[in-house]
Amino acid sequence: MNRALLSGLVGLSVLTSGCAKIEGEAGSRLNLIKRRGELVCGVSGKIPGFSFLGSDGKYKGIDVDICKALAAGILGDSRKVKFRPLTAPERFTALQTGEIDVLSRNTTINLSRDSSGGNGVTFAPVVFYDGQRLMVKKSANINSLNDLQNSNICVGSGTTTEQNLNDTFQEKNISYTPIKYQDIDQVVQGYLQNRCKAMTSDGSQLAAARFGFSNPSNHIILDSVLSKEPLAPASRGGDQRLSDAIRWIIYALFEAEEQNISNSNIQQQVKMARSNKSLTSLRRFLGVDSGLGSKLGLPDDFVVKVIESTGNYKDIYEKHLGEKSSVPIPRGLNNTYLNGGLHISPPLK
Amino acid sequence: MKLNKRILLQFIVFIVLVSIFLVLLNNLIVNILRTQIGLSFKWLLQPAGFALSESVLPFNPSNTYLWALCIGWLNSMKVVLSSLILATFIGTLIGMGRISRNRLIYIFSSSYVTFIRQIPLLLQLFFWYFVAFLSLSDIPLGYLGGLIQISNQGLFLLGVKLSVEFSALLIGLSIYTAASIAEIIRGGFTSVDKGQWEAYRSLGLPEKIGLARIIFPQALPAILPGLTSQYLNLAKNSTLAIAIGYADIYAVSDTTITQTGRAIEGFLLLLISFLILNLVISRAMEMVNKRILETVNRS
Repeated sequence: MNRALLSGLVGLSVLTSGCAKIEGEAGSRLNLIKRRGELVCGVSGKIPGFSFLGSDGKYKGIDVDICKALAAGILGDSRKVKFRPLTAPERFTALQTGEIDVLSRNTTINLSRDSSGGNGVTFAPVVFYDGQRLMVKKSANINSLNDLQNSNICVGSGTTTEQNLNDTFQEKNISYTPIKYQDIDQVVQGYLQNRCKAMTSDGSQLAAARFGFSNPSNHIILDSVLSKEPLAPASRGGDQRLSDAIRWIIYALFEAEEQNISNSNIQQQVKMARSNKSLTSLRRFLGVDSGLGSKLGLPDDFVVKVIESTGNYKDIYEKHLGEKSSVPIPRGLNNTYLNGGLHISPPLK
Repeated sequence: MKLNKRILLQFIVFIVLVSIFLVLLNNLIVNILRTQIGLSFKWLLQPAGFALSESVLPFNPSNTYLWALCIGWLNSMKVVLSSLILATFIGTLIGMGRISRNRLIYIFSSSYVTFIRQIPLLLQLFFWYFVAFLSLSDIPLGYLGGLIQISNQGLFLLGVKLSVEFSALLIGLSIYTAASIAEIIRGGFTSVDKGQWEAYRSLGLPEKIGLARIIFPQALPAILPGLTSQYLNLAKNSTLAIAIGYADIYAVSDTTITQTGRAIEGFLLLLISFLILNLVISRAMEMVNKRILETVNRS
């Protein structure tokens, strides 16, 4: 009975749908982005170091630079990006409805989000390995999770943090009350105004938030890690051309770091590759010998454009999260595998 | 001929409306087919896995999503109904103040309406929550011999503890809606013929009895329709709860949608629950309206 109704509706919709076309190979969003001449990128806009509106009215951060790198790779110009600030609950809807092309907004990869039975998005390589932590006031004398028995904990809604908090605390048999706000700003306010003994979020976000406090040294981030949070950009599922392009542009950032090619020496490297025919792998990587780019539907010199505009992964990291930046976070897992980190690029062949 | 023409016109309008609806439905179906996700409500019976800061009935994270949504709905009902009562009370007082012959009361209530109506509700909620309540100290301030106690932990009313989120939302929503209700009450009172006021005053009836027995019953038919729409607004505005951390239906569906990835189904349920909430309010008000009109007509 239900099936009859559904097939009736489907039949009706096919009859009435003259213009709704099912997306195929030719209908990849990659072509749409090229036709439009602009990449629409969803960011947070509220996390210093990742995506934050600077005093000059421009977005800055590692998530923002990923968008710029993608625009440079796809369109040849890192300025051809439009940023859309999104809250955590909005982000997947914005991606599914096609309001944005790419989501570059501290998004944790997990099974439900990746699978076609869940959010159905396709994830790019991890650009930042993070973990959920708790921040407390030094004066409260809290040293471990057990000291948080029966207390309020401020948490943002629409994120995996809420679920991780519950999983961890239930497992350890610690009872608590979540005070849940929609936005990180309000989580911080609630915590600072003593509504909660602790606030929880990804370690990087806590570090970024603490940076803005009037007295950062009065707050400590507890050692216990509640979850692993591999953060990665995402695009809509079922669009291989676009997701491949995104994936390999990001790998190119890692590969360039592995090969010590940065925005300061990229021109030299291109010159060297042009003049020396024996440097086959470098010639391939920089598009002097054509082939790699066109397989992805990108210009052959896409790697050069990317590195010219944003630098390699290390350049991006040092600029926004390095020791001299305003939100210093030690590289740790976010180093290249050559230095004991987790970032590694498969061969660009 | 004329009748035929009218029927034809109605028929055309009907066809247009139906086709618009079909186009929208078609878009939804095509899009769902395209994303290959499909509609499913099976997730409703899975364990929610998140805790709620407050609930009217017992709730723990191993209960289902369905139960979590029900608790959210009940939390919404709780704040909507109590704000509705408080807003009507404040609104009536202020509305009467607006027609008062006492200069001080008049100025106070007029400024209340002007001031409150100019400021967006979200800002007012932030004010009540972050500035008014959370800035208080731990030691409760007692009023009316301890019947009401206020601290940064919330309100204690006659021994009942109300969370600080609920209290801020209750007060913010009530004070905001009361300003609009006051204007409706004032409009209702001024719609009563001037002769009626003069009549009870010349009969020497005390002001209180005159207002309650003569003016108020005649003002009610003019007040009720406007009041209904304010009540509906209040119910819809209650979704701003999520901004100040109150676990209402919107906040719960928000978490549900994130965890399950079922955005379309989640929003459908949210739409339906609000439809039910608002239908209950408007139906109740319709019944009150009908009863009052009957009494007025009979007398």
